[in-house]
Amino acid sequence: MKERLQQLEKEALEKVKQVTSLKDLQDVRVSYLGKKGPITEVLRGMGKLSKEERPVIGELANKVRQTITDAIDERKAVIEEEEMERQMEEETIDVTLPGRPVRVGGPHLLTSIVEEIEDLFIGMGFEVREGPEVETDYYNFEALNLPKGHPARDMQDSFYITEELLMRTHTSPVQARTMNQYQGSKSVKMICPGKVYRRDTDDATHSHQFTQIEGLYVDKNVRLSDLKGVLNRFAKQLFGEDREIRLRPSFFPFTEPSVEMDISCKMCHGDGCSVCKQSGWIEILGAGLVHPRVLKMAGYDPEVYSGFAFGMGPERIAMLKYGVDDIRHFYTNDIRFLKQYHQA
Amino acid sequence: MFVSLNWLKQYIDIDHIDPEDLAEQISKTGIEVDGIEHFASATNNVVVGYVESCEQHPNADKLNLCQVNVGDETLQIICGAPNVAQGQKVAVAKPGAVLPGNFKIKKAKLRGVESNGMICSLQELGVDEKYVPKAFSEGIFVFPDEVEVGDDVNQLLNLDDVIFEFDLTPNRSDALSMLGVAYEVAAILDVDVHLPQTNVSTTAEKAEDKVSVRVDAPQQNPYYGAFLVKDISIGPSPLWMRNYLMAAGIRPINNVVDITNYVLLEYGQPLHAFDYDQFGSDQVVVRLANEGETMVTLDEQERSLAPHHLVITNGDKPHALAGVMGGADAEVTDQTKTVLIEAAYFDPKTVRQASSDFDLKSESSARFEKGVDPNRVRQAGERACQLLEQYAGATVLDGVAEFDQLDKQEKTVTIWTSTINDRLGTNMTNQEVADILRKLHFHFHQEGETFNVFVPTRRQDIHIFEDMLEEVARIYGYDEIPFTLPQGGSQAGGLTRRQQLKRYIKRFLEGAGLMETVTYSLTNEERINHFISPEIQSEVVSAVPLKMPMSEDHSTLRLSLVPEMLQVISYNLARKQGQLAYYEMGSVFLSHEGEVTKQPAEKERVTGVFTGEWVSHPWQQEKKLVDFFVVKGIVDALFYSLNISVTYKQTKMDGMHPGRTAQLFVNHRPIGFIGQVHPKQEKAYDLNETYVFDLDLDYLLDIHHNAPSFNQIPRNPSVTRDIALVVDQSVHAGDLEHTILTAGGELINDVHVFDVYQGEHLEEGKKSIAFSIHYQDPNRTLTDEEVESSYQAIMDAVKEKHQAVLRG
Repeated sequence: MKERLQQLEKEALEKVKQVTSLKDLQDVRVSYLGKKGPITEVLRGMGKLSKEERPVIGELANKVRQTITDAIDERKAVIEEEEMERQMEEETIDVTLPGRPVRVGGPHLLTSIVEEIEDLFIGMGFEVREGPEVETDYYNFEALNLPKGHPARDMQDSFYITEELLMRTHTSPVQARTMNQYQGSKSVKMICPGKVYRRDTDDATHSHQFTQIEGLYVDKNVRLSDLKGVLNRFAKQLFGEDREIRLRPSFFPFTEPSVEMDISCKMCHGDGCSVCKQSGWIEILGAGLVHPRVLKMAGYDPEVYSGFAFGMGPERIAMLKYGVDDIRHFYTNDIRFLKQYHQA
Repeated sequence: MFVSLNWLKQYIDIDHIDPEDLAEQISKTGIEVDGIEHFASATNNVVVGYVESCEQHPNADKLNLCQVNVGDETLQIICGAPNVAQGQKVAVAKPGAVLPGNFKIKKAKLRGVESNGMICSLQELGVDEKYVPKAFSEGIFVFPDEVEVGDDVNQLLNLDDVIFEFDLTPNRSDALSMLGVAYEVAAILDVDVHLPQTNVSTTAEKAEDKVSVRVDAPQQNPYYGAFLVKDISIGPSPLWMRNYLMAAGIRPINNVVDITNYVLLEYGQPLHAFDYDQFGSDQVVVRLANEGETMVTLDEQERSLAPHHLVITNGDKPHALAGVMGGADAEVTDQTKTVLIEAAYFDPKTVRQASSDFDLKSESSARFEKGVDPNRVRQAGERACQLLEQYAGATVLDGVAEFDQLDKQEKTVTIWTSTINDRLGTNMTNQEVADILRKLHFHFHQEGETFNVFVPTRRQDIHIFEDMLEEVARIYGYDEIPFTLPQGGSQAGGLTRRQQLKRYIKRFLEGAGLMETVTYSLTNEERINHFISPEIQSEVVSAVPLKMPMSEDHSTLRLSLVPEMLQVISYNLARKQGQLAYYEMGSVFLSHEGEVTKQPAEKERVTGVFTGEWVSHPWQQEKKLVDFFVVKGIVDALFYSLNISVTYKQTKMDGMHPGRTAQLFVNHRPIGFIGQVHPKQEKAYDLNETYVFDLDLDYLLDIHHNAPSFNQIPRNPSVTRDIALVVDQSVHAGDLEHTILTAGGELINDVHVFDVYQGEHLEEGKKSIAFSIHYQDPNRTLTDEEVESSYQAIMDAVKEKHQAVLRG
């Protein structure tokens, strides 16, 4: 009997080793350890044994059963692991196939530029103001020291709706309206972005509709050097720390002195190249100290208050910053153009 | 304004300055130099030659064989110009010369005969065709006799000149003259200005004896001076003068015309020359035109005059439209013997009006319009007389017949060093300020830091302290002004809630896959009538048209963003870009009046347009075209994220598909629409199936958005009941949902459609809509009885209101 048990153990262990599937393993379990299996049979036949033999054989039978059980369990874990691996193998995908597209939209390049500039001036304590696009002659011209018949009105030929109403030619009327609202009661520190309109035939550098951002700071003791400081910070943040600015005299009816601001050319750093027409400098915006007549008309005493104002064209800035070669791109909204500016 | 440096050198010493450096300094100090042109670039191998003989080429009819003496040798040159002749002094490019355009002159054989150089036309020497005097435009240039054989042609023709192109701002009319430019450059370089001579040897005869001047409109014409010059011989003007005129962009004509043009450029004072013998009287009467009066101007156009036009008459008929153009009758011709030179000050507005009425812009009108220097009017007349005496063999009559009520006083402006420093942020000393004024050639009285500045009348742009501040600042140098940051209190900048929300909505829509467009506000008058949102349509009385549009496509302000955005879709489709979803924020403009007199209402909208595939993932066979519900899903999500509840109602409106359009309501207020573009419109715009939404952005921004408050996360389970209702096709899911919510009571926390079915097993004209109803009480577990009673109430209500039956 002892030999029989040892033989069974040897046999069973051998079978377990050969089994490769969980089903076969279960068959082995049933065939050796089941109620009708040989070990149970051995145990059942123990009655025939002597008193001395019984515990010895019983112990041995239990040991054999345990050994076989352990071997089966161990083998089961291995097979399960193998099966899992096989399944993973089957489930393997081609990770280089394209993903399911998510629609990606984005802002218009002009919006990106305008918001960037807004944020930059907000950081310097400016607020953002908006105003009507159809303006009165008064706010668009007269309040800005451009009385009727003023030769400088030629500079910005306008779309009139009636004698007294027109499409605004700049966003400065928003400044005039704001100052007029406060009537000299407090300082003003604002920028006003928005659409403006002029009688220009659309071509690579002209558009009958375009965007402007104008800024105004009116307070006690505002100096031209403050304008230089603020514009310098603006230019360096927008175009890069390595860029320099310079002011040149110019003329706008609503500022005196009036200046134009250039930044040093990115391509040649001031040495002169084709981008900057050999000058080393690129014109960016117009600015100046607010004309005393403009202050006075809005209820600000020019003896007490002074201020600076500036105005720029986001299209031009975008064209310089990104090398856009035709202003019409901003308004045709070709998807292939718009998509180029969506990455952060 | 073109400025010849060689001409400028007549007034100031700038020989030692590099033209590029000078241009840079001028730009930085006051006047933008837009271009620098090195006039022409012929080499120095071009000299004056004397044509000793000129015979026909033995082998060619149209060629001439010339022997040309160039000083050190005589060259045989073949010349094809029709005007070449023996005895002329001409420009000869010797072999080795390089003409503009890198044209190298070599010895050559033409039709078997040797040619050792070329006789040049002005064009070949680099002079622009349009400045070449008519006499030489078809052939070679012929020098006047006084030039020496062998002389350098570059110098004689001023081809070594450098021309600056000034981009003048409207205030700097003082720089519309060479003298003005001289003062400007003198201030920059701190040098003196040499003024031209105007002395003439006069006769005993006085101008006043021959002509009288009467001005009936002194306001429009405060000064009129008439100079008389007799015994004129009309001919070409001196070479140097022609050169300078060409450099300035004016074509030389004859000595009288050239001299008036030369003085115009030199002094900035337009002059007019009349043929005295053709004037028709011995009196000049300046008056406003009569109603219905006409005159024929130099360009042979008959002009109908109005009473605001100022005319120069002979007491009877007009001979000139003051400051704008002369008349044909008293024009200077080759026969002219006696000339009346007009030097006048015409009111800028009067000239501006006339020049704009007749669309006549000239060098003269441009200067009068900006106001000429009152102290140079008579001087300019005197200068012209002096030049006529010298270069037209004329005799100048003594004095001038004039009318003079012109204010020639210099204005005084007071400036203070401390105020200058306060405004500029500088630390200038009194001495520095005084120095700047001296460089500008401005006279002043100084007491300590106070300067009383006498502004020269050439500077018509300086009136107040700030004008002088600019003068001081620019001569001091903007580069010298420091960089500072404002000292004022530190305001907190920032966006308003409205501006923040606008940005939020933009980012939301971009996240949902839409690209932003920016389109034109001005659109086609015919296009504006469609796609007008119902709440705009009910408010608008008229659209807002431009008075004088530039094109039909941009003639009227938009009432909807949709038409221009459909154009964008169409544009992209035409370029094979078919998967498009765009949004835009912008204003529409509506007038509440039949005829616009007041500012129109500007209403901000947010609008979207969609076409093509919405989902496209080919290798997994996934593909979905945009439809109504894709767009509605985005709009719903937008409202959800703004915490606004919106309802939809089927609607019909112009431009939209009558069965696939909904109007949106918030709190019963109409706030826009969503739907498919009408197939007719799709065809008109060349579109495929296209969907749009258009919302009242102002309302979305201004509505009170409740700040979210904390709601307890439910601990108790919810109960779900599903019901499928069979109703008529015409019953709307939204109405059923509304009934369920109303009848079902407060325990319902969500109802949504999960299935819509029609077809087999259902009666014709019926459909089944299945709803999932979720019940929840945050504080307790619901009982079956409660849910059952709500369910019964719902069933009763839908049966009564919609004749719905439970689907079996």
